Amino acid sequence: MSTSSKTSLALAVALVALPVGACGNSEEPGSGDDPSTPGITVYSGRIAPLIGPAIDMYEQKVNRDVEVRFGDSATLAAQIAEEGENSPADVFFSQDAGSLGAIDAEGLLEPLPRDILERVPARFRADDGDWVGVSARSRVIAYGPEVDPDGLPDSPLELTDSEWEGRVGWAPTNASLQGYVTALWLLEGEDVAREWLEGMVANDTQAYESNVPVRDAIAAGEIDVGLINHYYVAEAIAENGPDYPVQVHFPPDDLGSLVNTTGVGVLASTDDRADALGFVRFLLGREAQRYFAESSKEYPLIEGVEPDHSLRPLARIPSPPIDLSDLSDVEGTLELMRDTGAL
Amino acid sequence: MAALAARRPPAPLLLAGIAVGGLAALPAVYLAITIAGETTSAAEAVFEPRTLEVAARTAALVAAVTASAIVLAVPLAWLTVRTDLPARRLWATLTTLPLVVPSYIGAYLLVSAFGPRGVLQDVLEPLGVEQLPSIYGFVGAWLALTLFTYPLVLIPVRGALRRLDPQLEEAAGAMGRGPGQIFRTVVLPQLVPAIGAGGLLVALYTLSDFGAVSIMRFDSFTREIYIAYQSSFDRTEAAALGAVLVIAMLALLALYARLRGARTYHRAGPGTVRPAGAIPLGRWKAPALALCGAVVVIALALPVGLLVYWSTQQLGEGVAVGSVLGNAGNSLLVAALAAGVGVIGAACVAVLAVRYPGRVSTLVERLGYAGYALPGIVVALALVFFGTRVALPLYQTLAMLVFAITIHYLPLAVGPLGAAMLQVPPRLEEAARGLGRPPLEVFRTVTAPLVASGALAGAALVFLHAVKELPATLILAPIGFETLATDIWRQTSSGFFEAAAIPALVLLLVAAPPLYLLSEKGTVTS
Repeated sequence: MSTSSKTSLALAVALVALPVGACGNSEEPGSGDDPSTPGITVYSGRIAPLIGPAIDMYEQKVNRDVEVRFGDSATLAAQIAEEGENSPADVFFSQDAGSLGAIDAEGLLEPLPRDILERVPARFRADDGDWVGVSARSRVIAYGPEVDPDGLPDSPLELTDSEWEGRVGWAPTNASLQGYVTALWLLEGEDVAREWLEGMVANDTQAYESNVPVRDAIAAGEIDVGLINHYYVAEAIAENGPDYPVQVHFPPDDLGSLVNTTGVGVLASTDDRADALGFVRFLLGREAQRYFAESSKEYPLIEGVEPDHSLRPLARIPSPPIDLSDLSDVEGTLELMRDTGAL
Repeated sequence: MAALAARRPPAPLLLAGIAVGGLAALPAVYLAITIAGETTSAAEAVFEPRTLEVAARTAALVAAVTASAIVLAVPLAWLTVRTDLPARRLWATLTTLPLVVPSYIGAYLLVSAFGPRGVLQDVLEPLGVEQLPSIYGFVGAWLALTLFTYPLVLIPVRGALRRLDPQLEEAAGAMGRGPGQIFRTVVLPQLVPAIGAGGLLVALYTLSDFGAVSIMRFDSFTREIYIAYQSSFDRTEAAALGAVLVIAMLALLALYARLRGARTYHRAGPGTVRPAGAIPLGRWKAPALALCGAVVVIALALPVGLLVYWSTQQLGEGVAVGSVLGNAGNSLLVAALAAGVGVIGAACVAVLAVRYPGRVSTLVERLGYAGYALPGIVVALALVFFGTRVALPLYQTLAMLVFAITIHYLPLAVGPLGAAMLQVPPRLEEAARGLGRPPLEVFRTVTAPLVASGALAGAALVFLHAVKELPATLILAPIGFETLATDIWRQTSSGFFEAAAIPALVLLLVAAPPLYLLSEKGTVTS
C-alpha cells in the first residue's frame, strides 16, 4: 500500500472518527492505554491493510477492543475446526465462501438473525443462514498490453483454443479457481468441466501459486491473459496509475464473470454473542461497505452503497445463477482437477 | 561400545530424554489421533495412484537435493577450514549465510533472476537469447532447496573438520600417502557422521518445505498436504499424508543410523586436539576461489542484491518502516528462546542417544525428529489440537509459540550435538566418574566444554530457522504479535512482493550475527 493511499485512509478514519469523538468521551484511535472493555476476537482471512481501518471504526463506535488474528482463510478454518468448542474466536471473516462452508459443515457456526441476512441479496449468503457475504468479487480475464481487446474470448471456455496456447495463466491451487471449476460443473455438467480442464492443460496453461503472481506474470509479459479476480487488477491500477499494463475483461458467456463473495460467520462457541453480531451488523453497515468498495475495489453488497466508479456495475456483470453455498464442496472438483492433470 | 550399551542411563537423564522425545512427537501423535477415527478414508488417500506418484517425485527431489548439498558443502568446508585459501574466514562466513534466506524468498528471487522474463533474460536478450529454459518444476525446486540448505551440511562438516586430530593425517602423510589419498582414506571417513547428520537435515527439510516447491510449482508431498488442508478441508487426508512423511522420516533415520554405525570417531590417545596447519592450495587457489565465489554470488549476492534494490525503491517511495524494528525484536526474542530451549532439550536426547545406546534412547532420538519432517502447518495444528484441549491457558501465548518452534526444529540441535558427542572419548568421562564426580558434574565439567562447538552450531541452526518461521507463528502467536516473517507474509499476500523486501532484508541482518559467530568460533588460528 502506498503512502498516499495510507494517508487517505488515515484521513478517512479520522473523518469518520471525528463526529464520534465530538459527541462522546471516546479516545484517540489505537491509543495504548485504552480503558475500553475487552471485546470480541476475530479470525480474519482478510489481511490487515484491507480490514484494519474498518476494525478501528468499529472499536471507536462501540468503545470496545477487537482482537484480530490474521491468516489465510483456509488455514484459519482448519485452526477453528481443531479448536472446536474452545476456540478463542467469536467471528470468522473469510476471503471465500468455501472456508466458511467448511466450518459450517462441522457445525461450528451459529445461525444469523434475519435482520442481518436480509441486508444482502440472497445469492450472497448461506442457505442455512449461518454466514453472510460482506463484499463481492468477479472472476475476470485479465490481459496484457500485447493483446487486442477485441480478440478476447466471450467465454472462459474459449481459452482452450489453439490461439491461446501457452499464453494463459491460472492458479489451480487457489480456492477461487477451484470454486470457478465447481461452478462450471454445476452449470454445464461434469463432462463440460472435464473437457475444459483437459483443454486448458493440453493448451499449456501456465500454473501459478496464487492470483497475484498470475497478474504479475501478465504485467511482466510472461503470459498474455489470466483468470483472476477483478480487484487484483483494480488495486494495481490504483497503486501504479492508469498506465499499468494489465486490464480487465468481463467475458459475458457461459460461466461469464462469476461473482463470488467474502463472508462472515459467528462461532457457536462465542461467549459474546451480542458483540459478535454487532460487529457483523457493522460490516454490513454503510460506513464499512463504503470503505470496502473504496479501499479494495470490491463490490459492496448492501443497497445504497455504490461500487468504485471504475468498475462495471454488479448488475451488468454477467454471472451465472449459482448457489454460492454449493461452491464450498470442492471434493469432486479436486478429484477432477487431479484426474485431468490441472492440479 | 558393548560395555557402554550394557550401562543403564541415570534415571533423571532417561526421564528428561523421554519427556523431550515425547513432547517432540506430539505432532505425530496428533496425526495418529486424526487418522484413528477415519482409517478407511485415510488409507484411500494414501493408496491413491496419484499419491504414490507424488511420493516418487518427492523422493527424487529429496535424493537430488541431499546429494548436491553434500557435493557442494564438503569441498567448501574443507577449503574454508583446512587450507590457505585467501580470506578464508570471510569465505567461511559468506558460504554459511545462504541459510538465512527463507526458501520462499529464495525461490521467488531465483524466479525473478532466472525465470522467463527475469533479470538474466533481460541481460541476455540483446545477445539473441529468445527464451531461457523454464526454471519451474523439478529443476527450480532442486536449485532453490540446494542453494538455501547446503549450509546445513557445511556447518557440521566444518565443525567436524576442526575437531579432527591432525596426527592421523600426519601419520598417513609420513607413510607416503598423497593429499588426495589422505582426504579420501583418513579425513572423509571421519566426516561421515557430520555429513550424515547434515544430509539428514537437508533431506528432512526438503520433505517438509512448502515455500520453494509452491513458488517453483513442483508438486511435492508437502504441497499435497497443503492442498488437502486448504482446498478440500480434508484433515483426514492431510493427516494420512503427514503420516507417510513420518514413515519416510523414520526410513531416513534408519539409513543415517547405519551410516553412523558402530564406528569409533573419538581419539584414543591422551592430550587435546592440536590445531591443524593450513594445507597449501598452490595452483588450485584460483579454482577454489572461483567455486566459493560462484556459490556466494548465486546463493547470497544475488538474493541480497535484489532485496537491497527493492528496498531502496521502497524507501524511495517513502514506505513507512517504523514497525520493522519492533517486529525484528519479536523475531529475535522467539528465535533466541527457541534456540536456548532447543539446545537444552537436544542435549538430553543427544547424551542419551550417544552414551547410552539402546532401544529406548533410539526411540527417543527418532521421535525427536518427527516435528522436523512435517510441514509447519501440521506442527502448528497439532499444538492447536493439544493446546485447546489440555493447555488452554497457554494457548496462543508466547510460551506455546516458542514450544511449537522448538519441537519443530529440535533435530537441528540434536544433529550437531550428537555428532560432537561421538567425537568425545568416553574414557575422559569415565575417568572423571572414576574420580568420584557425579554424572551431572561430569557432563558439566568434561563433556559440555568438549561439545560446546556442537551445541553452539545447534543453537545457531535452531535460531536461524526459528527467525524465519511462518506457519506456526501465524497460527500460535499471541494476537497482534508480529514478526519479520509475518510482516513479509502480510506484504506478499497483499500482492506486492517487492514491498516485503525491507523486512526480508532485516531478517537476513538479524540472522547473520549468529552465523558469523558460528563461522568465526573455532576457526583454526595459525
